[in-house]
Amino acid sequence: MSRSDDQLGPLVDLGRERPQVPARARNMSPIVPRGSISGSALVAVVAIMTFLASITTGTVLLVSASAAEWQSEVASEITVQVRPAPGRDLDRDAAAVADAVRAQSGIVDVRQFTREESAKLLEPWLGSGLSLEDLPVPRVLVARVQPGSAVDLEALRRRVTQAAPTASVDDHRAWIERMRSMTGATVVAGLAILVLVIVATIISVSFATRGAMAANRPIVEVLHFVGAGDRFIANRFLRHFLRLGLEGGVIGGGIAMLVFGFSESIANWFSGTPVGDQFAALLGTFSLRPSGYLMLAVQAVVIAAITAWASRRTLLATLDDIE
Amino acid sequence: MVRFENVGLRYGLGPEILRDLSFLIPAHSFQFLTGPSGAGKTSLLKLLFLSLRPTRGLVNLFGHDVSLLSKDQIADLRKRIGIVLQDFRLLDHMTTYENVSLPFRVIGRDESSYRKEVIDLLKWVGLGERMDALPPILSGGEKQRAAIARAVISRPQLLLADEPTGNVDPTLGRRLLRLFIELNRSGTAVVIATHDMTLMDQYDARRLVLHQGRLHIYE
Repeated sequence: MSRSDDQLGPLVDLGRERPQVPARARNMSPIVPRGSISGSALVAVVAIMTFLASITTGTVLLVSASAAEWQSEVASEITVQVRPAPGRDLDRDAAAVADAVRAQSGIVDVRQFTREESAKLLEPWLGSGLSLEDLPVPRVLVARVQPGSAVDLEALRRRVTQAAPTASVDDHRAWIERMRSMTGATVVAGLAILVLVIVATIISVSFATRGAMAANRPIVEVLHFVGAGDRFIANRFLRHFLRLGLEGGVIGGGIAMLVFGFSESIANWFSGTPVGDQFAALLGTFSLRPSGYLMLAVQAVVIAAITAWASRRTLLATLDDIE
Repeated sequence: MVRFENVGLRYGLGPEILRDLSFLIPAHSFQFLTGPSGAGKTSLLKLLFLSLRPTRGLVNLFGHDVSLLSKDQIADLRKRIGIVLQDFRLLDHMTTYENVSLPFRVIGRDESSYRKEVIDLLKWVGLGERMDALPPILSGGEKQRAAIARAVISRPQLLLADEPTGNVDPTLGRRLLRLFIELNRSGTAVVIATHDMTLMDQYDARRLVLHQGRLHIYE
């Protein structure tokens, strides 16, 4: 270690040449100049990656929330179909089935679709002005289940079949299962995309770091000459990469949040169009909850942290090669 | 302070350029390292500065066998060594003042604690008016003096200088030699690699002469 002034006195004696004015504090230049690291490309890469990751996460959150809503809505309903049969009065059968369903415990309300409502349901396939008198169209009853109670479906089926042999009960279980697997697949696909985005970010950052280190090799060598350890040097570079990562994360995450913030207005522009209606049916209002925005913000910070980590890893590996 | 025993050095699969070097550099000593161009002076300085490892033999620096040192330990030892290289190695984005104070920044000293010392030294080496200049606009001699100032500012225990007066006029050369002598008197061991006979004749010191890869010592 170098020796202190107390032991040795001044290194040089300037005599009359000693400066007469007190030395002013100086603003020291950064050891690693900011401009020497080609930051704009890296900021753009991190911003794009964060944007893609945020859009993926946001969409997964929307789909999951909408699917949970559908499931709870559908699970609280039971549909009963009464099919016409020769020699039976369909209206009377429907009324008997409605009474039977109403009598079942756990059912709070039964609504019977009128002929006109049934005709409206079939309108997309058979066109308007349909006369149901000419067609063997089944009658539909929708029963609402008391929330939190389990309906004995076997008992309900027996009761309904006794009232009308041609009646059948559908609790939408198969459809809910399909919904659940579709939502699960969406979440898995989203996570896979997130993993790919993160891997791509790490690779891009590693390349950018290697490039920056190659460009700054003379600085690293001089720092080695004056006794700087690898940790000291890595930390000087790391500050730049952390700043670049945060810049990219804020830009990408911010734009993604704006997209979700304005998505309701955007969805309104498309309402009435077939695409807009399909999206509305699938994703509801297309608006993210506050917890979703929080998750996007956390994700942007995580991507910035990953950028810094990948950069540090590459820095230390590269410093090993520079004497 | 420094002990070499049967040290050999070759680059890759090439011929051995330093052969069977055995010598001591005691603390507080002053020596010139000389020899014809291409004799291996710079390579020997690099061995002393730990930026090259010997291909054979033992190098012991400050009591440490250098073959057993980790990178962190090498960095710590380098803080006790000052080096002036022929190509100066100044950082172009930093002023002369900042280049010279770099060793202090690396050890984390506050700028106010070394400001006066750096300015005094810059004045001494004739760079008082060039403190805020960037290296690209300095002349060769000015760069050399800045590099010397950087090497001596932290008062290293061992100073290695490769042709330190190669780019300066004789008057300034004598002044720089005085600086090295002062530094040596305050306890630094000095090794100056040079083939400037005039410089060597100005100060009676030990001479290490490299010739065809072998070292001859004249006390």
